[in-house]
Amino acid sequence: MSQWLTLVARNVLRHRLRTSLTLVGLIVAILAFGVLQTVVKTWYAGVDGAVPSRLLTRNAISFALPLPKSYQKRISAVEGVRRVTHMNWFGGIYKDSKNFFPQFAIDAASYLDMYPEILVPDEVRRAFLRERRGAIVGRKLARRYGFKPGDVIQLRGTIFPGNWEFVICGVFDGRDPKTDTSQLFFRWDYLNETLRVRSKAQADQVGLFAVDVVGLDSVADVSQAIDEVFRNSLAETLTETERAFQIGFVKQTEAILISIRVVSFVVIFIILAVMANTMAMTARERLREYATLKAIGFSPGYVARLILAESVLIASIGGAIGIGLTPPVAARLAELSATLFPTLIVSVNTVMLQALAALVVGILAALLPMRRAARVSIVDGLRALG
Amino acid sequence: MTVLRISEARAGEDVLIALSDVSKSYRRGAQIVPVLAGLTFDIRRKEFLALMGPSGSGKSTMLNLIAGIDSPDQGSITVGGENITLLPEAELADWRAANVGFIFQFYNLMPVLTALENVELPLTLTSLGRRERRDRAQLALSLVGLSDRVKHLPSELSGGQQQRVAIARAIVTDPTVLVADEPTGDLDRQSAKEVLEIMQRLNRDMGKTIVMVTHDHRAAAHAKRIMSLEKGDLSYLVEQRLE
Ligand SMILES: Nc1ncnc2c1ncn2[C@@H]1O[C@H](COP(=O)(O)OP(=O)(O)OP(=O)(O)O)[C@@H](O)[C@H]1O
Ligand SMILES: [Mg+2]
Repeated sequence: MSQWLTLVARNVLRHRLRTSLTLVGLIVAILAFGVLQTVVKTWYAGVDGAVPSRLLTRNAISFALPLPKSYQKRISAVEGVRRVTHMNWFGGIYKDSKNFFPQFAIDAASYLDMYPEILVPDEVRRAFLRERRGAIVGRKLARRYGFKPGDVIQLRGTIFPGNWEFVICGVFDGRDPKTDTSQLFFRWDYLNETLRVRSKAQADQVGLFAVDVVGLDSVADVSQAIDEVFRNSLAETLTETERAFQIGFVKQTEAILISIRVVSFVVIFIILAVMANTMAMTARERLREYATLKAIGFSPGYVARLILAESVLIASIGGAIGIGLTPPVAARLAELSATLFPTLIVSVNTVMLQALAALVVGILAALLPMRRAARVSIVDGLRALG
Repeated sequence: MTVLRISEARAGEDVLIALSDVSKSYRRGAQIVPVLAGLTFDIRRKEFLALMGPSGSGKSTMLNLIAGIDSPDQGSITVGGENITLLPEAELADWRAANVGFIFQFYNLMPVLTALENVELPLTLTSLGRRERRDRAQLALSLVGLSDRVKHLPSELSGGQQQRVAIARAIVTDPTVLVADEPTGDLDRQSAKEVLEIMQRLNRDMGKTIVMVTHDHRAAAHAKRIMSLEKGDLSYLVEQRLE
C-alpha cells in the first residue's frame, strides 16, 4: 500500500469512537433515504405497471358508485374494443377490521385472460372455475394469513351485507415484482346470485369495467366513444386509461408522498452537517501535522486529498452498509405494513441515488476542512496545538 | 573563545546561506509588529550555528525564513546560490524537499506511522523505488541508533527517541541544511545530550550545515558558533572551536 493510502486508512481508524458514531449516522441516513425513496416509488408502481392498452370505465360521478352490468354488452359493441371484463370492490373484513386487504369480485375467465400479470397455475384456475364460492389469493396474502387450498374463510361485508364464505382454490403469483399479490379474487356470479337474495337493489351492478383495446393508437378514441354511448343515460361513465386511473388514485395521496420525499432529502442534509462537523474537527486537530507535511515539501493538494479521501472513505463505508441493509429492512417494512405495500423492492435507481448521496456527503463534508488545511500557512500551522 | 562583531565576518569564506537586508514584521490586529529589520549576515557551509537570544527576539522567524517556510517582507535570502525569496510556492516546496531537513521542538512525527514509515515519508516525494526508500530509511534510523525501533509508533517511543526519529527523517533526503527550532526544548538532560551529540556528529562527520535555535547554553555549547539575536538585530557572534 502506498504511504498516502496508509495515512488515509490509519487516520480513519484514529478516533475509533468518533468514526464509529459518524458511520452509524451515515448508515441510518442512507438506509432511511433508500427506504423512503422505495416507499414513494412503490406507491407510484401501479402507475408504472399499468398496461397502456387497458381502459377502465367507472361511474362518472364517483369511484364509489356502481354501473349496471348490462353496460358490458354495449361497451363490447364499441368499435376498437377487443374484450371487456368487470369487477367489484368488495371491502370485506377478515376477522378484524385491522386486517385490511383488497378483495375483488371478478368474472374469473375473462378477468384472468385480460390480466396476464396474475399468474394462476392451470389446476388452480380449473378449480376456481368449478367452485362457485371459490377464491384465489396472492402469494403474499397467503403467507400472511396462512391460507391454504381447501381452507374455508369468512369475510364480513361492509358494502354488501352479511357474512360471506369462500373456499380457497389456490395461490397466484405476480408476473413481475410490482404485481400486487396481497389481493383476493372471488367470483362475481357468487356475489351477484347471493345479492339477488339478500339485497336485491345491489344485484346486477359492477364497480368497474376493464376494456382491452385493439390498437394503442385508438385508445383515446375508444374511451371517448364508450362515454358517448352512455351520455345522458342514468349512469354516465368515465373511461380513462389504467394509467390515468392510477394517477388519479395516487394524486389523492400526493401531499404525503411529497412530504416523504422531502424528509428523505432532509435526512441526507442532516448527515451532511454531522459529517462536515466531524471532518472539520478532525482536520483542526491535525493542522500541525498538515503544516509539517507541507514544510517537508508536500503540496497543499496532497494534504487536501488526505482529508478528501478520508471523508469519502468513511462516507463510502457507511453508504455501502446502508445500501446493503436497505432491501432487508424494506422487505420487513412491507411485511409489517400488512397489505399496504404489496412489496417494497429497492430499485437499481434508488441504490444509485443512495450511492450518489453518500459520495456527495463525503465530498461536501471535506470541502471546508480541505480548503483550510491547504491554505493555512506553514508557520501558523506549526504553532497550532496538536 | 573570541567575541567578534558581526560586521567582522571574514570575506572569502564558503558562504551557504546569505541574508541580505531582510525585514519581517507581523500584523497583530491594526498594529504592525516589526520583528526583523534590515538583517544582513552569512552562514558558512558545514557550519553548526546556534541562535540564541531572548524570547520574542525573532529567532524562530529567522529560522523559518532560512528554511523557506516563511517569506520576508523585504530583502533576499540566498541558499547555495539560489535566491529562495523569488521562488513561487510550489517550487519552494520542491526546494525544501530537496534542501532542508526540519527538526522541531515537538518532533512533529505522524502519529499513525511507524518510525520507519515516518522516516520514509519525505522519500515518497522522490523518484526512489520502494525498496530503496526502505533501505535508506533503515540506514537513517541506524545513524540515530534506533535500528531496533523501526516498527514502533511515535506514541511507543520516549521523547528523546521520537526526536531521533525526527532527525532521521530530516537527514534521509540528504539535505543541504538542517534547521532545528529548540530541538531539546522538550527533552530531559540525558536525551538532550544524545540528540545534540547526534547533531554534532552529523555536522562533523557528514558535513551537514545546521542552524539551531536554542535557549539552553549547554545546548548551544555543542555548536561551532553561537549568535545572539536582540530585537531583530544580530549583535554578537561567539565563535568556539571544538575538538
Ligand atoms: N504569526 C505571527 N503573528 C503575529 N505575531 C507573530 C507571529 N509570529 C511571531 N510573531 C511575533 O514576532 C515576534 C518574534 O517571534 P519569534 O517566534 O520569531 O520569536 P522567538 O525569538 O522564536 O521567541 P521564542 O524564544 O519565545 O521562541 C514575537 O513578538 C511574536 O509575538
Ligand atoms: Mg521561537
